[in-house]
Amino acid sequence: MSSSHLDVAYVAQLARLNLTAEETALFQTQLAEVLAHAARLQELDLENVEPAAHAAPAVNVFRQDETRPSLTQEEALRNAPRAANDLFIVTKVLE
Amino acid sequence: MSPSELPGLTIAELQKILRTREVSPREVIRALHGRIEEIDPQIGAYLSRDLEAALAAADTADVELPLGGIPLAIKDAISVRDQPLTCGSKILGNYRALYDATVVVRLKAAGAIPFGKTNLDEFAMGSSTENSNFHPTRNPWNRDRIPGGSSGGSAAAVAANLAIASLGSDTGGSIRQPAALCGVVGLKPTYGRVSRYGLTAFASSLEGIGPLTKSVRDSALLLQVMAGADPQDSTSLEAPVPDYAAELEIDLRGVRLGLPNEYLRAGIDPEVKVALDAAVAHFSSLGAEIVEISLPHTDYAIDVYYIIATAEASANLARFDGVRYGYRAANPTNLQDHYRRTRAEGFGAEVKRRIILGTYVLSSGYYDEFYLRAQKVRTLVRQDFAAAFEKVDALLSPTSPVPAFKLGERAADPLQMYLADVFTVAANLAGICGISIPCGFAQNAGSLPLPIGLQILCPALGEMRLFQVAHAYEQSTDWHRRRPPL
Repeated sequence: MSSSHLDVAYVAQLARLNLTAEETALFQTQLAEVLAHAARLQELDLENVEPAAHAAPAVNVFRQDETRPSLTQEEALRNAPRAANDLFIVTKVLE
Repeated sequence: MSPSELPGLTIAELQKILRTREVSPREVIRALHGRIEEIDPQIGAYLSRDLEAALAAADTADVELPLGGIPLAIKDAISVRDQPLTCGSKILGNYRALYDATVVVRLKAAGAIPFGKTNLDEFAMGSSTENSNFHPTRNPWNRDRIPGGSSGGSAAAVAANLAIASLGSDTGGSIRQPAALCGVVGLKPTYGRVSRYGLTAFASSLEGIGPLTKSVRDSALLLQVMAGADPQDSTSLEAPVPDYAAELEIDLRGVRLGLPNEYLRAGIDPEVKVALDAAVAHFSSLGAEIVEISLPHTDYAIDVYYIIATAEASANLARFDGVRYGYRAANPTNLQDHYRRTRAEGFGAEVKRRIILGTYVLSSGYYDEFYLRAQKVRTLVRQDFAAAFEKVDALLSPTSPVPAFKLGERAADPLQMYLADVFTVAANLAGICGISIPCGFAQNAGSLPLPIGLQILCPALGEMRLFQVAHAYEQSTDWHRRRPPL
């Protein structure tokens, strides 16, 4: 498989994850090995095979649209890294 | 019975003496606490314990309930209200669970007492428990060896008599493999048999919660309470829950057990092969019919698994953004910096590696080549099992190709670590049920014996038959009674 196309630095940007130069180089080598192992999947003829997204194909599951107990505002904020005035404090979005 | 004997009991044994009032639930918690304090510094099975909460629950426990007064250790990826939930990661910071997982609601309602959160590979990603952000867990049989993973803390706690029983989660073998390597019973229920609500999501189409116990009967007793549909988990199954423990005893004559050819190839440790052969011969002597069988896509399952599991993980772990809970990097300069440094500082190496792989296989241009292809092969793996279960009632294999390896031995080689799951991942891809039970010891792996596990697989919702086959083996052998000298 075309594991040579794996650009770890680029993918890390997509995943919103900073990597050090050492991590980037290490993952590049290690994941190329994992993808090379997975190249065996190319041997199979999958022309007429349906993909399986799930272990047990489930049809849509519906429930009544009724309110159920949920977290209080105090509970929802309890684990926040920063909170004030009953709100989450977030990093500035607009420059 | 002296307090020092209590931690070594099974659920069934403890139930009896709790109901005759020979011991109180408080005495059981006290005895476990004492042993954990004494022994766990050598093992590292636990991440946190709340003695006061457990004693308070013990004082109001109704021992007539199905699990009245029975303490259970809980893998620290499962929410227990007001207790820490770390998932073995730094990124959850000082998070405390705001609600009980559905299994915890049900176990508490049945009288059980959650006592202690057990160590794991970060976000259940690993096969050795070395990927915990806090400390590794050591194998109670040989402390230079890993306990397996990712539910390594849950397995080691049961094996070392630091818990009566425990809960783990299994995405690709994370209950069965550590159960095998620690010499206990580990059940991966059918996908959807047990609600996932309150289990931190890693790979949603593959994983489930299950028990780790000292006997097959205990496994049945716990599944009885844990199983069943849950409105909070749309993938949970509506199927009725049979009385598992009531019908454990069966005659194995006429039961057909399949031996997949593909699981017996080179790469299995010779002592594991000897133990498997002996187990097969034992089943044969109990009257079971042994049938050679083929699961042609076995070799591809591990590749399919690591593509699908990492793809799902890369999406599931996007929620860890340092906004609403958990760790946040100090003084971010802007939102991008906030996300990227929070995640860089909060996640460990294996989680980062899997996020990268999962993001890659889902990314534009590679989706068809990797993710879609893996999903198609998943269909073939599922069809293999469907065809096999037309010929046999259950499948037998080793749980792990090797006994417990040394700490650090595979840590630098992810591919080798991934291959540790070669016999377990297919069951998750197919959504069927499986169990690992003790079936012998490896003697040549150093000065101390190491447990070997036998994996039994049954079709979806075939837990009753799974327990019956496992119980028949267990009751006519004594491997499950062996405990490490601690």
